[in-house]
Amino acid sequence: MTKVVMTGNYAQSYASKLARAQVVAAYPITPQTSIVEKIADFVASGEMETQYIKVESEHSAMQACISAAALGARSYTATSSQGLLLMHELLFWAAGQRAPIVMGIINRAVAPPWSIWTDHTDSMAQRDTGWIQYYCESNQEVLDTVLQAYKVAENPEIRLPAMVMEDAFYLSHTIEAVDVPPQGDVDAYIPLKRSPWLLDLEKPTRMGSFMGPDIYMEYRYLVAKAMEDSKKVIVEADEEYGRRFGRSYGGLLPTYRCDDADVVLLTIGTASCTAMEVVDELRKEGKKVGLARMRVFRPFPGEEIAKLASSVRAIGVVDRSWGFGHRGTMFTEVAGSIYRAKSRPLMKDYITGVGGRDITPQVLRDIYLDLLKAREGGDEMEWWGLRRPEKEVNRNA
Amino acid sequence: MKTYKTYADLPGAPIADVPTQEESTAGWRTSRPVLDPKNCSKCYICWKFCPDTAISVNDEGWPTIRYEHCKGCGICAAECPKECIVMEREV
Amino acid sequence: MPRFSIPEQELVNSGHVACPGCGGGLAIRYMLKALGPKTIVSIPACCWAITSGPFPRTALKVPTLDTAFEATGASISGLRAGLDALGMKDITVVGYAGDGGTADIGIQALSGMIERNTDAIYFMYDNEAYMNTGIQRSSATPFGAWTTTTPAEMDGTWKTEPKKSMMAIVVAHGIPYAATVSIGFPEDFVRKLEKAKGIKGPRFIHAFCPCPPGWKYSPENTIKLAKLGVNTNVFPLYEVENGVYKVTMKPSKPRPVKEYFGTQGRFKHLTDEMIAQMQERTDKTWNNLLALEAFSKEHPFCGL
Repeated sequence: MTKVVMTGNYAQSYASKLARAQVVAAYPITPQTSIVEKIADFVASGEMETQYIKVESEHSAMQACISAAALGARSYTATSSQGLLLMHELLFWAAGQRAPIVMGIINRAVAPPWSIWTDHTDSMAQRDTGWIQYYCESNQEVLDTVLQAYKVAENPEIRLPAMVMEDAFYLSHTIEAVDVPPQGDVDAYIPLKRSPWLLDLEKPTRMGSFMGPDIYMEYRYLVAKAMEDSKKVIVEADEEYGRRFGRSYGGLLPTYRCDDADVVLLTIGTASCTAMEVVDELRKEGKKVGLARMRVFRPFPGEEIAKLASSVRAIGVVDRSWGFGHRGTMFTEVAGSIYRAKSRPLMKDYITGVGGRDITPQVLRDIYLDLLKAREGGDEMEWWGLRRPEKEVNRNA
Repeated sequence: MKTYKTYADLPGAPIADVPTQEESTAGWRTSRPVLDPKNCSKCYICWKFCPDTAISVNDEGWPTIRYEHCKGCGICAAECPKECIVMEREV
Repeated sequence: MPRFSIPEQELVNSGHVACPGCGGGLAIRYMLKALGPKTIVSIPACCWAITSGPFPRTALKVPTLDTAFEATGASISGLRAGLDALGMKDITVVGYAGDGGTADIGIQALSGMIERNTDAIYFMYDNEAYMNTGIQRSSATPFGAWTTTTPAEMDGTWKTEPKKSMMAIVVAHGIPYAATVSIGFPEDFVRKLEKAKGIKGPRFIHAFCPCPPGWKYSPENTIKLAKLGVNTNVFPLYEVENGVYKVTMKPSKPRPVKEYFGTQGRFKHLTDEMIAQMQERTDKTWNNLLALEAFSKEHPFCGL
């Protein structure tokens, strides 16, 4: 077992090297840049045999990966915020063409105004594209999840692209000691295999085509079905990873001390590790709180949420993103999943941490206390920690 | 014509593999080209300039128009240097 | 034994749904004859994206990848990288895009593809407007033309900007090989494509493709127009290899441009004064081209 001290970004680079990505096409954007720089180092030193295309935009990066995937080459790319938004059109294309691309996303806030700090709006805005979405909370998890993502994406029943998210700066630029699995074991876990739907010189076909209303709906249904079927495959890939490498992450919705919890917070990304500390602290004070981490947002773990909801009094959703015009992105989906439950818990949406505002232990503690006090008929949503316009904005407060 | 009874018969990705050859575009025409081989010098200019590759050359070397794929554009008639091809109204 | 002046093998299926007399149809037919069966084609949104007809039909006898509109340059980079990664050799990668998808929305990806020295051919079939969406103007639409977005109802509402020179743009990138071709001259067309096939690195072909519904003429005149465009010097045939210009067809007695404009409904509003201006401009451009040919023999354009 090799332990290497690395940032979350380098974890992505090492993972793509272990996965033997055959084509990498990426465009730099803060805070993703060190991923592609490290890959360039690997290629220059000969450690990684990949066709590295230094494309001129993120849109071109995604297209280059889609075209390479159409031939059956394993592709990888990475981006953030504006770059991801620029790729939006092609994300639908990748899913519709069933290209098993894995993309690293460093969650970064969206402009205007320019912000390089973390929030999840960029990837939340891609939730309809048909990509599988993983959110990680540690550099180790990033490395492991990229490998799991290839396993799921290239499964012949699934063949959907996957994105592996990590928080900007909290993971991308902070260092952790990460276990790097041996190449041979990774090769056994995700061998390179050719799939049946590819561009083939022997049997000339056209991939893309155009379809009338008589058949288009069925094609979309096929993607929806693959997304549903991927839930099982995601859990299996995680369990197999645990057996082979000794680490697994609890499938779609890992929970922490939820069994006898009164209220539960649902978090995504690095806020989860902070929340676990707060849970322990509050438990010592006798408060029955728990934490559930949304590790996989697409496909949405509706059944797991419904099961959790049936045993708690209140669920607080910590949305580190915003979806204008309604409640937070995660809240709406969670509420939708428990719509048919026999008994519904109280729910409150906490929008916080947006634009990189720090989610400190104090913030989470206050949220838990607020949730414990929450009663029927109270506020359904709160932008937590908002500096009220009527109060003077003190940057150091 | 390939038909798909249920979505289960569809290939997962939108892969088209049936050549358009199987479809006839004869119904597009209002006039059809008629080739009189009397003055034909086998220059194959008609074969060369057909956008639908609807003109083939038979074993004796005579250009033959495949009417199931001819759209009646008239390029062959316009370009034949010996004026062997005449467009006749069909409709 | 029939003697064909261009390769006999057909790699385009009949029964596709291109318009009768489609210039693009002949362009892709000649292109694939020259490049042969070991070719992969990437087609963005354009007329030829839909001429295969609806699923499950395909019009080409070679593997084809449909892509988004602006992505052809990136797509062929990805295809080449994929082929290299999989160790598949001797396969020509070609992007077959219209003038809209090349000169306008696709120009960034084209520029990137050339700059990265991608080993692929970019083939622009130029019907001088966004034909697939119903004849809207593009930057490749010539001066004076009617299109639906330059309706020419009144003075000055026709296209007032000159045709963008894609050849000049790609030559400025230092491209190894670029050429103009016309479907009216299939032997020259095929020769240039066969030459391009044998060169490594990025290659660009600009094909002159008359379009009956877009240019407003009767379909049987497609080849006549394709020849006339060249014989009036409106669309000169030349190639640029490593920065050296070579004009491949020099009409000994060029026809007046009035003959070329007079055959197309999209130019019917042109006054004699405008035609005189356009004749002058055409002559000037032609003379510039000859001067470029002479100059580049001594001073090849290497990306300046």
